[in-house]
Amino acid sequence: MPTTEEIPMASPIGRDTPRIDGPLKVSGTAHYASDFHFPGLLYAVPVEATIANGRIRQLDTTAAEKMPGVRAILHRANIGKIFRSSLGEGMEGICIERRPPLVDDVIRYYGQYVALAVADTFEAAKAAADAVRVTYDKNKPNVESQLKADDDPPVVATTYGTEKRLQSERGDAEAAFASAPVKLDQTYATPSETHNPIELQGTTAMWDGAKLTIYEESQAIFNMRSVLAQMFGLPQENVRVITKFVGSGFGSKLWPWTHCPLAAAAARKLGKPVKLVLSRKMMFQSVGHRAHTQQRVRLGATPEGKLVSLQQDYAYERSMLDDYHENCGEATSFQYSVPNLRVHFGRAKRNIGSPSDMRGPGAVPGLYATESAMNELADQLKIDPVQLRVLNEPKIDEGLKIPFSSRHYLECLQVGAEKFGWSQRNPEVGSMKRDGLTLGWGMAGAAWVAARFAAAANVELRDDGTARVACGTQDIGTGTYTILAQLTADKTGVPVDKVEVVLGDTSLPEGPVSGGSMATGSVVPAVFDAADNAAKSLMTLATTTAGSPFEKNEPDDLAFESGRVFVKANGPAGGIPFADILRRANVRFVTGSGESKATFEKKKPKFSTHSFGCHFVEVTWQPEIARLRVNRVVTVIDAGRIINPLAGRNQIEGAVVMGIGMALLEHTTYDPQNGAPINSNLADYIVAVNADAPSIDVHFLGYPDKVINPVGARGIGEIGLAGVAAAITAATYHATGVRVRALPIKIEDLLTSSILA
Amino acid sequence: MKTFELSRADDPGQAIAAGAKATTAQQGAEIRFIAGGTNLVDFMKLNVETPQTLVDITHLPFDKIEALPDGGLSIGAVVRNSDLAYHPVVRKNYAVLSEALLSGASVQLRNMATTAGNLLQRTRCMYFRDTAMPCNKRQPGSGCAAITGINRGLAILGTSEHCIASNPSDMNVAMAALEATIHIRGTKGERSMPIADFHLLPGSTPERETVLEPGDLITHVTLPPPAPGSRSLYLKLRDRTSFEFALASAAVVVTVAGGKITRARVALGGVGTKPWRSPEAEAELTGQSATPAVFQKAAAAALRDAKPQSQNGFKVELAKRCLAHALKLVTQTA
Ligand SMILES: Cc1cc2nc3c(=O)[nH]c(=O)nc-3n(C[C@H](O)[C@H](O)[C@H](O)COP(=O)(O)OP(=O)(O)OC[C@H]3O[C@@H](n4cnc5c(N)ncnc54)[C@H](O)[C@@H]3O)c2cc1C
Ligand code: SF4
Repeated sequence: MPTTEEIPMASPIGRDTPRIDGPLKVSGTAHYASDFHFPGLLYAVPVEATIANGRIRQLDTTAAEKMPGVRAILHRANIGKIFRSSLGEGMEGICIERRPPLVDDVIRYYGQYVALAVADTFEAAKAAADAVRVTYDKNKPNVESQLKADDDPPVVATTYGTEKRLQSERGDAEAAFASAPVKLDQTYATPSETHNPIELQGTTAMWDGAKLTIYEESQAIFNMRSVLAQMFGLPQENVRVITKFVGSGFGSKLWPWTHCPLAAAAARKLGKPVKLVLSRKMMFQSVGHRAHTQQRVRLGATPEGKLVSLQQDYAYERSMLDDYHENCGEATSFQYSVPNLRVHFGRAKRNIGSPSDMRGPGAVPGLYATESAMNELADQLKIDPVQLRVLNEPKIDEGLKIPFSSRHYLECLQVGAEKFGWSQRNPEVGSMKRDGLTLGWGMAGAAWVAARFAAAANVELRDDGTARVACGTQDIGTGTYTILAQLTADKTGVPVDKVEVVLGDTSLPEGPVSGGSMATGSVVPAVFDAADNAAKSLMTLATTTAGSPFEKNEPDDLAFESGRVFVKANGPAGGIPFADILRRANVRFVTGSGESKATFEKKKPKFSTHSFGCHFVEVTWQPEIARLRVNRVVTVIDAGRIINPLAGRNQIEGAVVMGIGMALLEHTTYDPQNGAPINSNLADYIVAVNADAPSIDVHFLGYPDKVINPVGARGIGEIGLAGVAAAITAATYHATGVRVRALPIKIEDLLTSSILA
Repeated sequence: MKTFELSRADDPGQAIAAGAKATTAQQGAEIRFIAGGTNLVDFMKLNVETPQTLVDITHLPFDKIEALPDGGLSIGAVVRNSDLAYHPVVRKNYAVLSEALLSGASVQLRNMATTAGNLLQRTRCMYFRDTAMPCNKRQPGSGCAAITGINRGLAILGTSEHCIASNPSDMNVAMAALEATIHIRGTKGERSMPIADFHLLPGSTPERETVLEPGDLITHVTLPPPAPGSRSLYLKLRDRTSFEFALASAAVVVTVAGGKITRARVALGGVGTKPWRSPEAEAELTGQSATPAVFQKAAAAALRDAKPQSQNGFKVELAKRCLAHALKLVTQTA
């Protein structure tokens, strides 16, 4: 078994490293996309539809146009041509809401943009947007929360390509279920949830002739470039997207939304830079959300607890025009050993803005359902839920019939149980008490895909002993700047604080999407390759510079380690710092480019690559006041080698807190009458606050997964959220006897508890 | 937000004269006083409030907390909620008020919010905030979208077929239990009234929330001296631990002597269309021993007239538990 000792202690990889961009952020000098200002900048505010289903009858802009400071009210007739984008190869042309904004007068969801006010100031634009009079022919919107699958063909188009609705099948799940001695058949529901990153989305667009520059808080600048190039009929090289910092995204900023082409079209029309920043309300309407799902899970098992059949039939809401697939079956086919399995999905069209990827898309709602079912089965069988999982540990990925690259799920369970003190658990409902509170203990497992996107990077070694690394990826607040510095430092021997990191610009080498927890894993080989190539340039320089101590050597004789060049045969002792070589040659820097290929969605993979984990949760229950709180969480994560444990723990802790929100609080509520997401502000959409954050003990197993990259690092952005809600609902049941199968758990559910003291 | 004029009042007369030019001091007021602005500006951004003129009253000399000769306390209208919550006399004699204030909003908001602004804060009903929706309070006669829509957070006491909006304030609930008096200066001079008479039930005119008329300026609030031997407490129940309005809350001021409750003042929050004083609960408590059975009877009495809507029926049970638990805590011997 590989150990974590392979990389020498001196390496910055694996060391707690404070964010290198931290000082910029806390001093307010980090420029987020909407912090950029330009001479002549105009401000745009969209007019939002106030119905969810119908047609615009009349759009009266007369009053708005006459208001002070107003430059234009743009609408279908005067916005100018915006093309439809289409899906390209790999990570290109991805866009969930494909309909170009304002292209027709049909309203399909509340908050759809119907016009755009542009003015000299934000205030003037907002007042003008409010003054646009829109009348509608209104139909009753369909925002029904009961999901009955629409009549769809067996193969359907989705945002990312076609999908079989029968997602995965082996054996005869139906027959095995029918004859199983022990059965569980339950339906679980998860609500629409809104991402709610604190930084609002927005676009600043400007044209220079036929060239378009966009400042946007994007999680995928190159994809955005390709979509915008299509929408405006431009060659890709004429579009530049810049994203220096992102105030979090949780998936809402992965793909371009309609405000982006609107801002670009307004800038084109008015010949000035235009800034459009969404309101918090708009963030609930038109930039995606986690789809509401309903999942029937059927488990068949032997009395000893061996699974014989697993069926997951899930349905999710989607918008009227778009095909976003909430892939709740993501982890179902491989997480447990079961000979008979069937995963199938259906979809239900609603008058809502399109759902989209939200942290751990698919797997998070999916694992909530399947892990909850496992917990219920354990209770039914009177088997410890940890033991039930141990009993059903697979040897290989039974869905793909290939081995796992690195799976230590059982060790996660064992370490978690031990750290939590799980052996002290009395399984009887309401039986555990402390300080006058009833305790509930629950657990659940987690999984999340691990793979690489294609990535390119550039590394420079400079004559002052510093280095620069450039990559057109993004730091969405997770610590990518720091990771790149650590990787470069590891390879070049330049200390982390002497590495300049440049990200977030499509003029840089193409970097990966900040999504799918894959940015870190993807950049590793590219940066390493770039650093190796920079070292090669350095050695060539060392052997070709007059007066260099290596003038007599061939580049192949030399080695570059810990920042020094030396003759391999003589060992590192006689080495010379690279800066000396550059200065002697009067060269400012040598440079190297590197790249690595994608492994994501590879057609015939040799290994099944996933991260794993588990959560153990303690809730406290105070029946006198129907108060349930999460008090303590132990989370164990098997995500390969952790490059920056400080930032890594931070990711997992944040995800656990988000899981508390998912289990107990968050729910985007659509008004049944006019289809508005009616709690569209941060006072009415309840997320977990600091006071809700329990004690969270995060433990990383740290086994490197060399199938993913040479460091063995998989991603950690999403795995921490998977399973949390199932662990909390299990703990809640243990404390209160109330089994909640539709999230979030509400006080009204808990008031039915018969555990009264 | 509509364009508006902002002026600053340097003396009360100026503010009153300015305010008196409005046709109403209720929904639709063309002239508004602005104190902390934490409630008003929110509604202006949503075009729910569209005043043409704002009169800044934070420079008026109503920023003091002063002991009264009778042992009571006078609280200026522009005293910040944080200053009030942490005032030593408030913490000592009126714990329920301090606790209620500190359970509300966030530190930043409490640092801005004022006594009178808090008294007058408006409902969190989500339809009231959305000008595209029918709402009798915002637009009289347009209907009530909450009764037929999402009403989980709204009131079960004091509602009418026209409006079920809950009064969201925590401070008000404590003040109701403390029997505060509201002091108003207007075009016709000064007047004062118990807080119970200050807020109005929605009835058929939900747009009228208080007795205030154009020009009326709240100058201060007075609290009677604390009842000898009394103890007070505020308990607030909500979905998350902090920074959320109450689903149900209880303010209790209770005196126990010789094993019996000799005096009780009870008010509920989160469940009423106004801060909900419960004489019914008080009657059940007075003269009884402090036992769980008595607390439960009092809680049942307080909620006897509750009228649940499609989603907020749970508040009946929740408010009962809240009140019974608050009574248990406040009568527990230390
Ligand atoms: C996100 C958020 C969460 C909150 N959570 C809570 C909570 O949990 N609990 C809670 O109780 N409150 C909560 N609040 C509300 C907060 O307490 C109020 O916004 C605040 O008390 C209002 O005070 P202000 O001074 O800012 O009022 P303003 O906004 O300045 O004024 C409000 C109204 O009072 C009028 N007014 C002000 N002073 C006078 C006067 N002297 N005479 C006559 N009229 C006057 C104004 O004209 C205006 O109509 C929350 C607010 C926000 C924004
Ligand atoms: S409850 Fe009152 S405030 Fe809410 S929609 Fe009805 S009338 Fe308006």
